[in-house]
Amino acid sequence: MSNLIEVRGVTKTFGGVVANRDISIDVAPGQITGLIGPNGSGKTTLFNSIVGYHPIDEGSIKFKGKEISKLRVQQIARLGMVRTFQQTRIYGKLSGINNMLISVPHRNASFGDMFRPYGHEHRERAEHLLEFVGLYQKRKLPSGDLSFGQQKLLEFAMALMNEPEILLLDEPTAGINPTLINGLIDRLKRANSEFGITLFVIEHNMRVIMNLAHEIYCLAHGELLASGPPEKIQNDQRVIDAYLGAH
Amino acid sequence: MTTDTTTASLAVREAASGTARRRITRNDVMMYAAILVFGIVAPIIFPNYTYQIAVLWLMVLFAQTWDLVGGQMGYNSLGNIFFFGAGMYICTVTQIGLFTDVGAYTSSSDGGQFEFSTEQYYIGVAVGLVLAAIGASVLAVMLGWIVFGLRGPYFAIGTLGIALGAGELVGAWEWVGGGGGIPIPVYPGSGDGKAFFYYALCFGTAVATFAFLKWLYSTRFGLAINAIRDDEEKAEAMGIHTLRHKTVAWAISAFFLGIAGGLFGNMTGFIEPLEVAFPVITFGIFMVAMALLGGKGTMWGPVLGAVLFHIIKETTWTYFLGWQWVALGVIIILNIMFFQQGIVGWMQEKWPDLFGIEVDRSLVADTADDRARGRGV
Ligand SMILES: Nc1ncnc2c1ncn2[C@@H]1O[C@H](COP(=O)(O)OP(=O)(O)O)[C@@H](O)[C@H]1O
Ligand SMILES: [Mg+2]
Repeated sequence: MSNLIEVRGVTKTFGGVVANRDISIDVAPGQITGLIGPNGSGKTTLFNSIVGYHPIDEGSIKFKGKEISKLRVQQIARLGMVRTFQQTRIYGKLSGINNMLISVPHRNASFGDMFRPYGHEHRERAEHLLEFVGLYQKRKLPSGDLSFGQQKLLEFAMALMNEPEILLLDEPTAGINPTLINGLIDRLKRANSEFGITLFVIEHNMRVIMNLAHEIYCLAHGELLASGPPEKIQNDQRVIDAYLGAH
Repeated sequence: MTTDTTTASLAVREAASGTARRRITRNDVMMYAAILVFGIVAPIIFPNYTYQIAVLWLMVLFAQTWDLVGGQMGYNSLGNIFFFGAGMYICTVTQIGLFTDVGAYTSSSDGGQFEFSTEQYYIGVAVGLVLAAIGASVLAVMLGWIVFGLRGPYFAIGTLGIALGAGELVGAWEWVGGGGGIPIPVYPGSGDGKAFFYYALCFGTAVATFAFLKWLYSTRFGLAINAIRDDEEKAEAMGIHTLRHKTVAWAISAFFLGIAGGLFGNMTGFIEPLEVAFPVITFGIFMVAMALLGGKGTMWGPVLGAVLFHIIKETTWTYFLGWQWVALGVIIILNIMFFQQGIVGWMQEKWPDLFGIEVDRSLVADTADDRARGRGV
């Protein structure tokens, strides 16, 4: 099968700042693809372009062979592409379980579906996924009460509830207690292998991404610096320089 | 310490608004029964106050329909009164237009040149109320496409503009009587008979509104509009049809407000644009104040807020000698600055168990510093 996401020659500027310049990236189905780069290198901007958060200046973005660069956020989400946010976004006043229920897929939602109750199968799935991320005990608490790390896990569970074909995760380990990171990596891998969800992951932490991804793209100053399997990226002098230079 | 308790109380309130799905308890049943009994016997026990109590039910409806959009969905409309006025005019024009020429009727100074038969009166009211509800909803859908592009204060001002503009436009529209207004077809019966008739309709409409919203909040719709309130961008990113939900919420609000307008016009006997149909600074502001006072985003808050507000207003308004607007302003400001959760919101913080809300105070404390660490990065 061909690539799930194909980004070709995408450029995005903010005023005078070129956040992405002529970027081309492929995300293969069933795999975990990584996107790395120093802070401000344009990773989140590329995610935002892919999910339709803002219009791009130039280039083409295809999802399952279909051009999506002119579609809006909701339309793209309903095609089966879901993203999580770097700052983590959940519905803070709703309980964990309600955050999960409202995240059921809306792919084929008809007008009348708005007025249906949630079914037993939705609740079961919600509880199952909360258990999967280790939040079952806290499911009835207002989610705004959860710690930052727990909110990140909840956001991840909500994304899974949406049954996406591909999940774009923006720094899933940022702000998470280092002792919990291994557990999270394990869950990401299981989402990929057990649920069959393709992952496209922005990650600042080199150790994490080397452990996780099959294929890695590295951005620097808005441009694509290198791409390849983890071993190759790890030893790429330009990547090492970019990271060292950034700190 | 203070921060912790505030966070805790915040948390409790917030969870409560999301728990629309709680079971109906014995307390609920007793509450419903008490209200139904009061609603039915009130006009018999207090026949002199039938009109005031009928208006009370309309106030309850105002607060509830405002809360649907303002409290549950987080879009603070200042122009919901538009649908009240639109419904009033649609109902009146239907009542007249079914049987005679509207232009001729409204242009004559007394409007009394045409006599409606008893049958014509009731048919007119029935068809008029139905069209008022539908017409107001259609207007909400059309306006929704425009105003739901606005967020926060811009939405509030935009909706306020609609209500103010409508008053001016109708005032210049001679076919519907312009600023001079329209005398409503006369009720074919005694004054008491009219009072009871409209009392029953007001009470029935308020109960139907409550029951409908109670059901609505138990469906996916309830959670979806709560999600829009909490984080609309997140809701979009998850594929929720946000515009569809917002438009439907507003249309539902408009549906019941349209009926209320049709009823109130008939109760008043004479309608005109500024004071009766589009009273932005009285009913238009009251509906917001009542929902905030009782507790926005809760099922019972708007009901309680409306009852308290109406009682206080009816018993004290005449003693203020012109200061009532200052008093109202002070109440609203205090409410917004120091008591945002409203009465029911405050009760939910104080007795969460009563409302079936789970709190974990130990968690709240470590969340605060965890977040300080997490977000600071
Ligand atoms: N909405 C925006 N408006 C203006 N500049 C932006 C905006 N979003 C990102 N940028 C700029 O684009 C560049 C890339 O940012 P970003 O994509 O967030 O980087 P990363 O996610 O790799 O840290 C930065 O210089 C940033 O300041
Ligand atoms: Mg970023």
